[in-house]
Amino acid sequence: MREMIVDELTQAMHGISRGFAHFLPRLIVLVIIGFVGWVVAYALKLALRSILRLLKFDKLSENAGASQLLSKAGLPSATEVLIQFAFGVAWLGFILLGVSVLGVFGLQEQIGRFFLFLPRLFVALFILFVGLLAASFFSRAALLAAVNSNLPSPRLLGIAIRSIIIVFVLSMVFEELGVADQTMLLAFGIAFGALMLGLALAFGIGGQDLARQFLEKRFVREKEDEGRKDELSPL
Amino acid sequence: MKKVRTADDSILTDEFLRQLINVGEVDILVGLPTHNNAKTIAPIVATIQAGLLTYFPRDRAAIINADGGSQDGTPELVLNAAIDDLRRRSNVSALRTMHVISTQYASSPTRGDALRSILAAGELLRAKACVIVSPESTQIKTDWLTKLLRPVYAEEVDLVLPTYSRHKFDGILLTNLLYPMTRALYGLRIREPYALDFAFSGPLGSQFLAQNAWQDETARAGSETYFTLNSIAGHARICQSFLGTREHVERRSSDLIPALRQTVGALFSSLGPHMTLWSAATGSQPVPTIGPEREFTLEPLRVNRKRLREMFSTGVAELESVFQTILSTSTLEELRRIARLEEGVFRYPAELWVKTIYEFAVAYHKAVISRDHILQALAPLFRGRALTFLVENRNGPAETVENNIEALCLEFERGKPYLLALWNGRE
Repeated sequence: MREMIVDELTQAMHGISRGFAHFLPRLIVLVIIGFVGWVVAYALKLALRSILRLLKFDKLSENAGASQLLSKAGLPSATEVLIQFAFGVAWLGFILLGVSVLGVFGLQEQIGRFFLFLPRLFVALFILFVGLLAASFFSRAALLAAVNSNLPSPRLLGIAIRSIIIVFVLSMVFEELGVADQTMLLAFGIAFGALMLGLALAFGIGGQDLARQFLEKRFVREKEDEGRKDELSPL
Repeated sequence: MKKVRTADDSILTDEFLRQLINVGEVDILVGLPTHNNAKTIAPIVATIQAGLLTYFPRDRAAIINADGGSQDGTPELVLNAAIDDLRRRSNVSALRTMHVISTQYASSPTRGDALRSILAAGELLRAKACVIVSPESTQIKTDWLTKLLRPVYAEEVDLVLPTYSRHKFDGILLTNLLYPMTRALYGLRIREPYALDFAFSGPLGSQFLAQNAWQDETARAGSETYFTLNSIAGHARICQSFLGTREHVERRSSDLIPALRQTVGALFSSLGPHMTLWSAATGSQPVPTIGPEREFTLEPLRVNRKRLREMFSTGVAELESVFQTILSTSTLEELRRIARLEEGVFRYPAELWVKTIYEFAVAYHKAVISRDHILQALAPLFRGRALTFLVENRNGPAETVENNIEALCLEFERGKPYLLALWNGRE
């Protein structure tokens, strides 16, 4: 009886030792891959920082309005956020690669999905950045045109254009990420339709007088301008 | 619409090139850039022809019309302008053939492309002297040609720029920005850096044609200003010639933005390439001038001051987010203060105007936002400055107007160290 127990224990110990001996090299590989990943990610971080400085990315993001958003959220500059993000993703990628070496059941599939998701994540971020840039550019263009044409409420016009573009961009980003894409598409359609209908109703029914005044003022002014043209000849 | 075909290695159309080859060589080339100028072009062409017959009867001359896709028959009017009546009436005749050629350089007008076509034609025809005449110069006299061309033709100068007798409130952008800033930067008192009627030597034209700025949108929009600034930078011999009266041209308020692009855009763009030149220049020197440097007419002019004031204040309030990226805090704060002033006491002081312009110039150079947006943002502020200029000179004689412009010029010269400090990032 005693011998049987000792045998069983010895066999169990051998099993654990074998398992540990089998697992230890993989763990070491994981640590090595993790370390190499950190070095690579850090090098990537340094390279990216130099490239973004050369491209004056902070200025671009300031123009796009992204810096203001980050500042309001208490986050560092756009360059720093992007660098940390790239560093994090690169290192995580290496760690997950190392984890896959461990051969843990079910984890391989999840890791594969993560790597497949990465390109979409980058595309979504790119769309978001370009979209913010476009929103900023076109809203400013509208604001300047409205001010120089002496139109009423120029800032409102600028904000409206910025909002429409941002909503459109967000719907594209969510669609790219596959996050409730149908819901987002539907929500965008409803929001955009409602906005246009609201504007049409507000201007056509609610603001009949205002519309008449606006059109009268516009055409009368054009006629006046035609007769008087501009009082100043700049050149 | 006719499709413009261009020769493989040339900006000139094949047909235009063929006509130029038939002409051979000329002594004088008159360039006439047009776009829908049917109302005014025929008498201008007739005057040009009369001027050539009267003052240059022994010289080979060609009139080149570069048209930007007119829909009103302008090129036909240029080609059909007959000089037989003039010959009979004035008893003068050219000893050589006077060629008139019209070409459509594009289906839509671009000043730079028009000038480029004329310069290319001048180079091909080996013209000794070229003169550009604006299709808006309805007051052109026959002696304008000799006043502009003679100094170049005599090889005394490379570029002749015009001065005019103008209404005191005409060309406010010139008197309040372009002239004082060009003078402060480059040290030359050129009254019309943006010239529509001007003459230049063949070599200067070829030199300008060879530069690489033709693809740049700003350079193409403000090619006349660029021409002047490049000539200054190239140390060309420049003089001014008084042409006489230039009538007040009524314009719409929407014309201000293109005017800013043609002049201020070109001036701001030139700062980068010519930095070594303007940073070293101190003070200013007069430019040799044939005739008076400037004359002002003083007849009353209807001006809507209330609208100018309103557009300035609205601009300052509504464009605050844009100004925050362009202007310093102190300048913006000062603008906010004057925007709140009542119309009766409103004043946009010269020193603040100079500071504003220099900050805009540096913001333009650094492209803190879209450069075109920077120019557009300047429009409401210019209206504020124009209002101050109108009020200061409302009842003043020509001397007062001239003194006020001179004072502004000196303010621009005094403010130059501030521009340099901003440029070098010390402010």
